[in-house]
Formats: sequence, structure tokens, C-alpha cells
Amino acid sequence: MDDTSFQERFQRIAPRADFCSLRLVEERSQHVSVRQNIVQPVTSSEDRGAMLTVVDGGGLGYAATGDLSQEGLHQAAEHARAWAKRSAGHSVLDFSRLQLASPSGAYTTPVARPWASVPLGEKIDLLRRVCERLKTDGRIVDWEASLFYSEHETLYLTAEGGRTQQRLISLVPMLSATANAGSDTQIRTFGGRGFCRQGGLEVLDQTGFQAAAPRIAAEALQLLDAPNCPQDRMDVLLAPDQMMLQIHESIGHPLELDRILGDERNYAGTSFVTPDMFGSYRYGSDLLNITFDPTRVEEFASYGFDDDGQPAQRAYLIRHGVLQRGLGGLTSQARSGLPGVANSRAQSWNRPPIDRMANLNLEPGESSFEEMVAAVECGVYMQTNTSWSIDDSRNKFQFGCEWGRLIENGRLTSVVKNPNYRGVSATFWRNLKMVGNQLQVLGTPYCGKGEPNQVIRVGHAAPTCLFGEVEVFGGASA
Amino acid sequence: MMQEYFADLADFLTSLLSGNEISTCSFAAEDSDFVRLNRSAIRQAGSVSQRTLSCDLIEGLRHASGELTLSGDLALDRPRLAALLEQLREQLPYLPEDPHLLYATEVQSSEHLGDNHLPEDSGAVVSAVLDAGHGHDLVGVYAAGGIHSGFANSFGQRNWFSTYTYNLDWSLYLQADKAVKSRYAGFVWDPAEFSHKMDAAKAQLAGLAKPARTIEPGEYRVYLAPTALVEIVELLSWGGFGLKDHRTKQTTLLKMLEESLTLSPQVTLQENTADGVAANFQAAGFLKPDRVTLIEAGAFGECLVSPRSAKEYGVPTNGASSWEMPASLDLAAGTIPDSEVLRQLDTGVYINNLWYLNYSDRTACRITGMTRFATFWVEHGEIQAPLNVMRFDETLYRLLGDKLLGLTAERDFLLDPSTYHARSTSSFRGPGALVEGFLFTL
Repeated sequence: MDDTSFQERFQRIAPRADFCSLRLVEERSQHVSVRQNIVQPVTSSEDRGAMLTVVDGGGLGYAATGDLSQEGLHQAAEHARAWAKRSAGHSVLDFSRLQLASPSGAYTTPVARPWASVPLGEKIDLLRRVCERLKTDGRIVDWEASLFYSEHETLYLTAEGGRTQQRLISLVPMLSATANAGSDTQIRTFGGRGFCRQGGLEVLDQTGFQAAAPRIAAEALQLLDAPNCPQDRMDVLLAPDQMMLQIHESIGHPLELDRILGDERNYAGTSFVTPDMFGSYRYGSDLLNITFDPTRVEEFASYGFDDDGQPAQRAYLIRHGVLQRGLGGLTSQARSGLPGVANSRAQSWNRPPIDRMANLNLEPGESSFEEMVAAVECGVYMQTNTSWSIDDSRNKFQFGCEWGRLIENGRLTSVVKNPNYRGVSATFWRNLKMVGNQLQVLGTPYCGKGEPNQVIRVGHAAPTCLFGEVEVFGGASA
Repeated sequence: MMQEYFADLADFLTSLLSGNEISTCSFAAEDSDFVRLNRSAIRQAGSVSQRTLSCDLIEGLRHASGELTLSGDLALDRPRLAALLEQLREQLPYLPEDPHLLYATEVQSSEHLGDNHLPEDSGAVVSAVLDAGHGHDLVGVYAAGGIHSGFANSFGQRNWFSTYTYNLDWSLYLQADKAVKSRYAGFVWDPAEFSHKMDAAKAQLAGLAKPARTIEPGEYRVYLAPTALVEIVELLSWGGFGLKDHRTKQTTLLKMLEESLTLSPQVTLQENTADGVAANFQAAGFLKPDRVTLIEAGAFGECLVSPRSAKEYGVPTNGASSWEMPASLDLAAGTIPDSEVLRQLDTGVYINNLWYLNYSDRTACRITGMTRFATFWVEHGEIQAPLNVMRFDETLYRLLGDKLLGLTAERDFLLDPSTYHARSTSSFRGPGALVEGFLFTL
């Protein structure tokens, strides 16, 4: 990314307006995959373009283009200015009231072992070896190992001289084993794609990628022979790779200020949280501590600045169970009058920033895994999300996991398949009984939201957690 | 103009090949206006112009794929395409032969040129929408513009598809989660038709003003409007119909294969490319047949077969994408006239929309999801009250099987409003469904 020439081009084309910014994004990625021991097509991608944003007369407009020539940027700026004029006086906010920053700074993901330091052939050989270890039995009917690598660079400029540059590097490792017997099929994965992190190939060692393959295959086979998860109201012990989904859907989304302001009501939905709840609402038990933390360097959605140029800072959203603040960037804060965080983020150059989660973590408690198991008389330990559904105000949810194990009289006993549970966000978190002392850093590459639609990377670090009085059930199939 | 630009790039790519090299390339572009609305005001307004080229460099059974975002200016894009080709060429020696590589070698060029009848100024349309929403709480998005896609290979095949569409997807809110959701999509913006749809939404909104009813979990007779049924059929597209999913036993319709379960004989579902709005070619150059019958009179029909699966499993491809997902779903009509729906529902739930569907047991094709927007409690054929949201959990074999009372004679044609990465050209044409014993769980 030749940022000097873009800065010069931008200064030449920036229209006279109350505010103008350019956000240049360049993402290079590569996907390498081996399925059933056969190397799949290796795909490389280079995506680059720019979004011009103009605020004028109280209106805001944007235009995105892949044409990064001076003329291309000039045309985009004119389109953005035209949209600002059209929306002036008709917008949800008088954007001239917004104190848009002219920030300065840089952020780069620390990388110990760069992707490019290992030749493509060696990466393929690694995946082949791992893939072969997934095929342990004739009943394993499909198996795959893959890596998705990306370098996401952003240059953010404002007409008033603001300039930030960021380079986010991430890796998504994936394993799956599909076992079948007759009309029953069970799939076990490497935490879905939950072991995604920022960093280079060191992520593979950090997450135990290579060692996981035989366990995943063995657990897929276990599930074929396992009975269905029982149906009852009982304790559930959720592993971090299910906790991340629970946090994401029933804390993250309902706390987004743009949902509370109604922007998402036509698509992603609204929220059961209302503005008056901040500062006093008991969201969960005293053990519930939730932080917004884009400063944790290895986590999937870390950054130095959001896409409005606001500096990233760690903040408590829920402390000792009480709701403190929401997930809202500069625009949502101005509209709602509520405190927020630096979380205006866009999928890429061709979508405008909206309120996003970034890294949303459940802070560790004091209980060991063994202590939590010992505390359960009758319950189920569940790992790895496989099904998620929640109502549009993020209250009534139903989630399913890949793998379950009964807990009886303080001991882990038999494996069960199709473990599901359902509940209501507004009461579920108040039944948080114990919080583990071991944090696991996870995330998801696929959080969808916004009109036009955007999919974005999100991080969630969480320990294993124990909940009481949960409605648990199994599958329809025997 | 866009077509010539792509043709020029494709010719340039071919000119760079040497020896036994072969290339295929796909092109996707759009010039779209997006105006996001909330509380009958503009939230975000802007334009997006994007062009993406994907190409596969093939030598024997070795191949490497690359994708580039382009500027639209040939002088700038040619050098970048040449650099991509060189990068792919450097990768080839590291790659083993791909036993599942399959690409079209018989040249079958095609051309679909959509006419652009869109309003020149999206701002004027948005003004009309805001005027119509004045005094109401309107939220949604207007998306409009040209969508283009192309395919070319070094054998000389050229395929082109362009269309110019708008899609206004909006809700009128009464309070909290009580709203009426509507869509107005097509090729020619007709103010009278829009006005008719808006008036219909306002009329339904009045029905939401009554105190909302909450029902106990249990089994109820329900009517699923086409805008609700589409959510179920679209979920089936994820893993239901692809040959790879069938051969690896991951299909959510596994019990149709292994236990010969069937749906109601009233259910016939097709991938109807001929009557849809999506392109009829795919990324390896194969053309899609006009129709593929996925479910015929309740029994499983044909799979969608990508070229890769075709090679892997030794069957002919039917031009499916690599994801083996349908894009132009067509569910056959039934016999219940729309005018009879409330009377035949008698007492139960009229569901206009479903939300956030997912499988709660893939093998059993058990689906969970929520009611959303205008959903009503009905008694003796009369709408009584809006219903608070309810969660359902049902297998497909019940809700479109032995519990399906009937499908409506009239069908809706719904253009997919999805805009992830690019504006969708997928569509659904289908009826509503009357179902008994529909299980609500929460």
C-alpha cells in the first residue's frame, strides 16, 4: 500500500465540505485446503478499494470505488457529496453535530511466524498430514483440514490531516470429521472456525491444531454410538467454544446501540435492552463481567482504531452483573446520548461503518474445571456450537452443540449426542453459577448484520461457565 | 460497455497464456445505490461501484485460482491481471494434480442483456418513500442499480448476464417488535404499485394496534405466508440438495435417502433457472438447464451437481455452483385460494414472517426459528390480535409432510434482498402453506 501517493491524491480531490475522509482497504488472502487427502483448489485473493465519506450541511454521504486513480477518487468524492446534500435535513442525525476525529497513529498485529516464511508446498504437506489423521475409521465419510490466511490493511485519512494506518493479520484453522452410520450422521470440528486468531502460523501451535485431528475423529465416532441428550431442566456446563456463541448472541448483539436505536429492526433485529437500563440493569449474576477489549493482540478482532478513527480502548460493558455501557461508536453515542466504545467497523471498503462487537470477552472467575464438574448433581457438559437461533430482540434463544457429556453426581459420565438448550437472555445470565479460571481465546469470521449486509470478524475470549435451571433436550433422531 | 470491458480483459488474459496453459475467468460487477432508512429518515446513503475478476490458471491437471478487485480502467487493470497470472504460474509447481478438476471445453456462449429502466435518480425514489412513510415509523433499505456477471475461457467461450433491479425492503413499526414487513422489488419502479403496497402495509399495521396475545407452547394450526415459507425453503438450500452433501451423508434430507421418508405429495420444488433472475452459467463455464426438479410430489428428485462433484462421483454436472445451492427456487402451487386462507385456518396462527432459522437436528431435518413481524392469532377465520414472538421446533417431514393441509393456489415471486458482498440475484416463487400441529416450544 503506497500510502504517500494516496494521501497526496486525497488532498487534491477532497471536496470543500464540513468533513471528508478516505478509507482505503486492501486485503490479501489465501485459502489452502485438503479434503479426503486431496488438495483442493488453492485460492488467492486481492481486494482493494476506497470509501469516501462526506459530511456537509448536516447530511452524510458515502461512495465506494475500486478505481483508486485520482479521477476515480474524485468521482467517488462527488458522489459522496451529492448523497450528503440529498440526505441533509432528512437524516436521523444532524451530522454537523458529530465531532469526527482527525486521528493519528498506527497499529500492526504482532506476528512471530509469517505466513510467507513457509512455502506453499510445506503448508500443503502440513495439511495433508493433519487430514490423514482425521480418517481413522471406515465410518468417517468426509474429512477436511484447511487454513484461511488474510492481511487486512487500512489507511484512514481525513481532509483535516488525520491519518491512521493499520495492518491486521489473521489465520483461521479448520478441521472437520463427518461420521455416518445408516441414517445418522455426526460432525465434529475444531471449535467450528472458533480458533481463528490474529497472528501468523504460530496460531497453529497456540491452538493445538495438529494434535486435535485424532481427537476430533474419535469424538465424531463416539457420537454415532451415543444416546440422545436427555430432556429435562438441569445444569449446563458450557465449554468456551459454546460460551463464545452464547456471549455473541445474547450479550453482544442486544448491547449494540444501533439496534437499540432501531437501525437494524428491518433486518438483524432490535434489542430487549432499552436506554434506561444502562447503569442499573441486572443483566446477570455477580459473577458476570463482560469487557469490550480490542487491545488483546492475539484475539481475532483487535485493532488500534475503529473505522471512524476512534482509538480503541478496553471497557467494561457489564460489571458484577450490572449493565454499564453499550456497544456503540461515535454516531450512535451522539444519537443516543449514551456512553459507548470505539466499535464503528466496516466489512471492507465497500460498506460503511456500523456498530460492531470487535472482541467481547467474559472475564475469568475463580473456579477450576474440576470444581465446576464436582458442583453438578445432574447436568450436561456441552462443547462446540453447531446451531444458533434467537429472536429479533435477542431474548428467546435456542442453541445446539456438537458434543455433550452427562455430569452425574459430580462426575463426567457418558457421551450424548445432539445436545440442545433453550432459554431467555433476560433471565439466563442470572443463573450463571460458576465461572472458570482458564480463559480461551476464540472468535468467528462470520458475524452478519447491516443494510447493506456486512459480515465481519469478531473475537470472544471466555472460560468454561456453569449455569443452573436450563431447559435441555436432544435431537429428534435416535 | 461493461461487457466490452470484460471481453477485453478476457482476451488479454488469453493472450498472456503460453504452452499448454488454459484459463477460465468469472466476472462480477455492480454499481449500486444503497439508502438505509430508520424512523422515516435517512440513516446512511451512498453508492458502491465494484468489479471482481476470478481466474483459474490450468496446466494439465494442475491449477491455481486467484481473485482481484478491479478499477474498471483497462490501463490500470491489465498490469494487475498480468501480475496475478504470474503469481498463479509460480504456484503451479507446488500444487499436485487435481483429480477432481473439471471445466467446460465445449464452447457455449450466451448473452442476457437486461434493459435499464431504473429511475435515474435514486434520491427521488427515496424522497417518495420518505413521503409515504411520513407520520409512521419506517425502517429499511433501498438498493438499486446494475448487476453484471460474465464468464470467459481461453477456448473462446463468452457468457454475459446483466440486469438492472431495485429492491425496497422495509418495515413499518407500530411499537417495540410489532411491525409489518414489506418488499417492493423489480425492474421498473411504478409509483402506483409502490403506493398500493405501502397502503396495504399501513392497513395491516392497524391490526397490530390491538393488545398482543401470548400463547402457551404447544401444537397449533398455522398459515405460513410465502414470505414465511421462503425462510424454510431457503434453509433447505444450505446442505439439502448438493450431491457432495448427499454422497458424504451430510444432507439434511438424509432420511429421504436412507429411510425413504417423503414429504407431502403436494410438494414439488424446482431450481427453475428459466423463470428466475440469476445467470444461467457458472464459474467453470457450464450452463444450467432450465429446470432441475429437487423434490417431485414429495419424493427426492435430483441433486445439484457442481463440476467438481461430477468428477469426484462420476456423474454429469448440471451446472451447479461450487456450493451446490439453488438460486431460483420454485415451489409448485396448491389449490387453496388466498381468499380462503383465513376460513380454512379457522383457529390458529397467521404467520407473515419467520426469522433466524437453523437446524436443531440436521439428520432429522428438524428446524427451529422464530415468528417475527406481523403474526396474528386467528379465531373462527377472523384475525383477533397480534401474537408475541414464539419459537418453533419442527421437522420438515411433519411441517411439509403429514401435517401439511395444503398450499395456496396463488404464488408470490420474491427477489432476495440479500446484499452480502454483492446484491443477490436469487429468487423464490412459491405459495403459502396451511399446516396443522405446528409445534411452538418457547
